[in-house]
Amino acid sequence: MDIRELHRTVDTADLDLWYGSFQALRRVTVSIRQGLITAMIGPSGCGKTTLLRCFNRMNERYGNARIAGHVRILGRDVYDPDVSLIELRKRVGMVFQRPNPLPLSVYDNVAFGLRVHTPRARRSRRTEAEAVETALAEVGLLDAVQGRLRRKGTELQLEQRQKLCIARLLPLKPEILLMDEPCSALDARGTEAVEELLRRLRGRYTIIIVTHNMAQARRISDECVFMLSGEMVEHSETAAMFVNPKDRRTEEYIEGRYG
Amino acid sequence: MNDPVVPAPALSLFRATSFTRKKIRVQKAAGILFGAMACALLVPLLALVVYLVVNAWPALTWEFLTDVPQGGMRRGGIWPALIGTLYLVVFSRLFSTPVGVLAGVYLNEYAKDNWLTRVVNLAVVNLAGVPSIVHALFGVGAFVIFAGLGKSVLAASLTLAIMTLPVMIVATREALAAVPMAFRVACWNLGASRWQTIRTIVLPNSIGGILTGVILEVCRAAGETAPIMFTGAIFFKAVERWDFFPYSPREQCMALSYHLHAISTQVPGVPEPMLYATAVVLLGFVLAFNSLAIVVRFRMRQRKKW
Repeated sequence: MDIRELHRTVDTADLDLWYGSFQALRRVTVSIRQGLITAMIGPSGCGKTTLLRCFNRMNERYGNARIAGHVRILGRDVYDPDVSLIELRKRVGMVFQRPNPLPLSVYDNVAFGLRVHTPRARRSRRTEAEAVETALAEVGLLDAVQGRLRRKGTELQLEQRQKLCIARLLPLKPEILLMDEPCSALDARGTEAVEELLRRLRGRYTIIIVTHNMAQARRISDECVFMLSGEMVEHSETAAMFVNPKDRRTEEYIEGRYG
Repeated sequence: MNDPVVPAPALSLFRATSFTRKKIRVQKAAGILFGAMACALLVPLLALVVYLVVNAWPALTWEFLTDVPQGGMRRGGIWPALIGTLYLVVFSRLFSTPVGVLAGVYLNEYAKDNWLTRVVNLAVVNLAGVPSIVHALFGVGAFVIFAGLGKSVLAASLTLAIMTLPVMIVATREALAAVPMAFRVACWNLGASRWQTIRTIVLPNSIGGILTGVILEVCRAAGETAPIMFTGAIFFKAVERWDFFPYSPREQCMALSYHLHAISTQVPGVPEPMLYATAVVLLGFVLAFNSLAIVVRFRMRQRKKW
């Protein structure tokens, strides 16, 4: 296998997507490298969230989405007929704009993923407890919720809720974490805490983050994908893109002339 | 350095003009009118309850509830009718609750928006609008004659079940729809199946609303006369006091609503307080269950925090 292939966790080839008659993605070909944080930026309605949702096939919830082209995760075309959405989503986790912990205890929130993927007979209280503790420690929430694991996840502070939403993905050992503007509901302190967390997760997971906040993309990402009107305009290293954009449209966006 | 001179504001600044005053007057008048209409709602209910209780007072005793009718319904109590109504309510809920809840879950959680779903929805709405006397005739045809159940507790309960099914379905759907979509999305994104999502998240958080629906339909099943009149209600059956199991499912039974109808129209010379007392018991039954529904809803609302 080509050594470059190994580094590709998420690939698209000539990806088109229509919502009804509206074309939201046009011939998007992008390949995202393993273990890095890739930010997707662009003005509202440019298709960055739509693209993100193709990676775990979330667009299908919106009945009228049609797709052409390929999306490969870890080399496998996820639109193949024998791909199970349940298995796909186990490996490709997603974090949303508004933190959406389940109306369960903090513990049950983190254990939820394991439980839905393990037959009752093979569940073990000990492995579950260990996985929950590891995940909470990994997102830096363990100390904050220690002794309060039975409290409802929906009662935590906003920033802790978002961390909980990240933590609940980890016991499933996902390869890829998709983040759809994970900080847009948070205040400056919360944003900083989540960004700090992303930096710590970097390397272990491939992280793709959609953000409308260019400064944030610049702070935390290794690579940047700039999208406009459903097209992928530029994909380069973040440092390079912000200093020396290749495309004139990227340059104008970064300078704040539109968007 | 000199402060800039601020000119004195005109006296009319921010004062209500005559048009503003008129706007406020109209707004107040509208508020009072609408408030009066809302309060008017209470008047008939209070009047009804007071009128019934006052007239029923001489006959309203513990004896009246637990005694059996005597002297050709002119003395004694309503025990067999009370138990009969309980039978009909329990049996009809046993049929209608599972079917209604499961259908509601299907329509809200599984069904895609296609012609079949639309037909089912249309059927639900139309079934809800069918008059109860038509349900009664349907019950006679379907359960009493065709299914061969005869006039019986079973036939009457099934008729009541069909009648209350649409509301069961609608109540279930509404309870499910009140669970935020974000929870389902979160579950699906962790790889939970639809059924796992429903079982672990959606149902536990909508059970209050579903129970409320069940309880409200208990009231309707207890109160309706027409559907049971031809399908299973009987004028009189000799029953012992305190006998909790006087009827078998294949037998006809007495029922409060039909009993009230019978003694007020078919039997001459029933003392008036007895009529009113029967009505009060029926009304009390309904109000008690309604209050239970309110308690359930209140407790569930306190429990849920999101």
